[in-house]
Amino acid sequence: MAGYTRGSGRPNQWLRNLNAKFASVPMILTAVVIFLGGTVWTVVYSFTNSKLLPRLSFVGLDQYERLWAAPRWLMSVQNLVIYGFFSLVFSLVIGFLLAALMDQKIRFENTFRTIMLYPFALSFIVTGLVWQWLLNPEFGIQSVVRSLGWTSFAFDPLYNSNIVIYGILIAALWQGTGLVMCLMLAGLRGIDEDIWKATRVDGIPMWKTYLLVIIPMMRGVFITTLVIIASGIVKVYDLVVAQTSGGPGIASEVPAKYVYDYMFQAQNLGQGFAASTMMLVTVAIIIVPWAYLEFGGGRKRA
Amino acid sequence: MPEIAAFNTIDAGIEPEVEKVQARATQAGPRGRKPRRALSGRNIMIYGTLIVVALYYLLPLYVMVMTSLKGMPEIRLGNIFAPPLEITFEPWVKAWSSACTGLNCDGLSRGFWNSVRITVPSTIVSIAIASINGYALANWRFKGADLFFTILIVGAFIPYQVMIYPIVIVLRELGVYGSLTGLIIVHTIFGMPILTLLFRNYFAGLPEELFKAARVDGAGFWTIYFRIMLPMSMPIFVVAMILQVTGIWNDFLFGVVFTRPEYYPMTVQLNNIVNSVQGVKEYNVNMAATILTGAVPLFVYFVSGRLFVRGIAAGAVKG
Repeated sequence: MAGYTRGSGRPNQWLRNLNAKFASVPMILTAVVIFLGGTVWTVVYSFTNSKLLPRLSFVGLDQYERLWAAPRWLMSVQNLVIYGFFSLVFSLVIGFLLAALMDQKIRFENTFRTIMLYPFALSFIVTGLVWQWLLNPEFGIQSVVRSLGWTSFAFDPLYNSNIVIYGILIAALWQGTGLVMCLMLAGLRGIDEDIWKATRVDGIPMWKTYLLVIIPMMRGVFITTLVIIASGIVKVYDLVVAQTSGGPGIASEVPAKYVYDYMFQAQNLGQGFAASTMMLVTVAIIIVPWAYLEFGGGRKRA
Repeated sequence: MPEIAAFNTIDAGIEPEVEKVQARATQAGPRGRKPRRALSGRNIMIYGTLIVVALYYLLPLYVMVMTSLKGMPEIRLGNIFAPPLEITFEPWVKAWSSACTGLNCDGLSRGFWNSVRITVPSTIVSIAIASINGYALANWRFKGADLFFTILIVGAFIPYQVMIYPIVIVLRELGVYGSLTGLIIVHTIFGMPILTLLFRNYFAGLPEELFKAARVDGAGFWTIYFRIMLPMSMPIFVVAMILQVTGIWNDFLFGVVFTRPEYYPMTVQLNNIVNSVQGVKEYNVNMAATILTGAVPLFVYFVSGRLFVRGIAAGAVKG
């Protein structure tokens, strides 16, 4: 305010709107020091051979070569790809189907919505631990089915290194599909009732209307949901820690866990930085095209 | 800002739904569709599917509660879906007051109080800072403000793992690494993008005349914020609160990275109790502890209802 009330002459450029600038100091610090500075710092230090403490002795791409030669990292990446692909496909499909069902002017909509969304309120730790218990081969679903008479029934994803990632996927879908359903339902509600009337008049079957008219109209919602799911996938960490701690062996390791373990447990900072830079690159591959579509080419939709 | 637009459509989709349903209802009259029998094949399919789906979603909660009320012998013999033959609350008592993490055997209560001591100040500080940021961005834009805001929003997509170590260094320099203060700062930082976005959009949507009138009357930055913006924006503050309380309570990564073991939040302690390798596994105690940890966000969820949906629709980016 001081800037405005000065009696004579033009107020100093820097003093104008001083309160707003002062109030924005935390935001500016966060944006510049933490988000920008922190990211650059990590990327720079990923080219050094830092071990216990960060040191600036550059070793070129050594850390990355070591990273991509490490079986554990390759396993992490493979798991992330499988988990990411299936969780994208399943959450979009299930979420949309549920939303379409909920959009049939049903009764008790709120009850159903409450039930489908409550897992989202729970943490990944809680989710992971519940499903660890349900998938426990000695007491969980497998043993219940066996006790019903089907004694050769086998369903122990958490103890079978070939399918352990699908065990995690089940838990993740249980936790997250409710949110996708809600986003999709909001998208469906945004569609003009007249469209439905028009297709009904034309005698187009409902499934065809959904597939050919409604889904293309919901492009924006789908993209938003996709970005939300995708950026969640790259971060998956707590769920794995709670459900399997990366086991059996290294069968359910994920990149986020690799980063944490190397930074804070193996005291091999350089590896941690290189791995987290790879995570950053992955996110950039997802986000940049989207941002480009939205900022660059997407103006016409506004 | 595309994501703003996207979330606004989501908001818009959720909000006017009630009126829309009412509009549909009043239109019904003779122009409406032919009334259907309640038990048509279509309805049976829809409700049948929804009920099966609902049961699937409820199953884990049911199993958790049932397991936590059984004694260990019964768990070893029986079936996880069966209700307890003999209800016992001992697992709950044990989970709360004497479950062990490592050498400490004072139960989850410690983690619970740590989580309270983390969540309450983090929520207040992060919302206070973000709302003022949003207010400055909406009403007192200065040169460069939008640039910082863009960095902030883009930053929300950067994996936390990339920024963790630099933050450790900053906190160590400030002398708060490992303490509750440090963790509160971290939650404030990572809550800032989404909350600032939320508040900026909300304040920008308020009528500008209001702000101008106050300016003409000589009110300054802080007066307008405290006397006009704050009282007018209670709904968005509640949404932000829901978002932060559940988000911070459910956090695991920051708790484990930025605090010393004596300050571990509930989620971290829960994981240590359940996944500890020592001793006999007590599944009933584990499940009781799991429910206790999930209770706070579940309570917030059931009490806040529709507002929660708004909060997460806005906060889903935070993931």
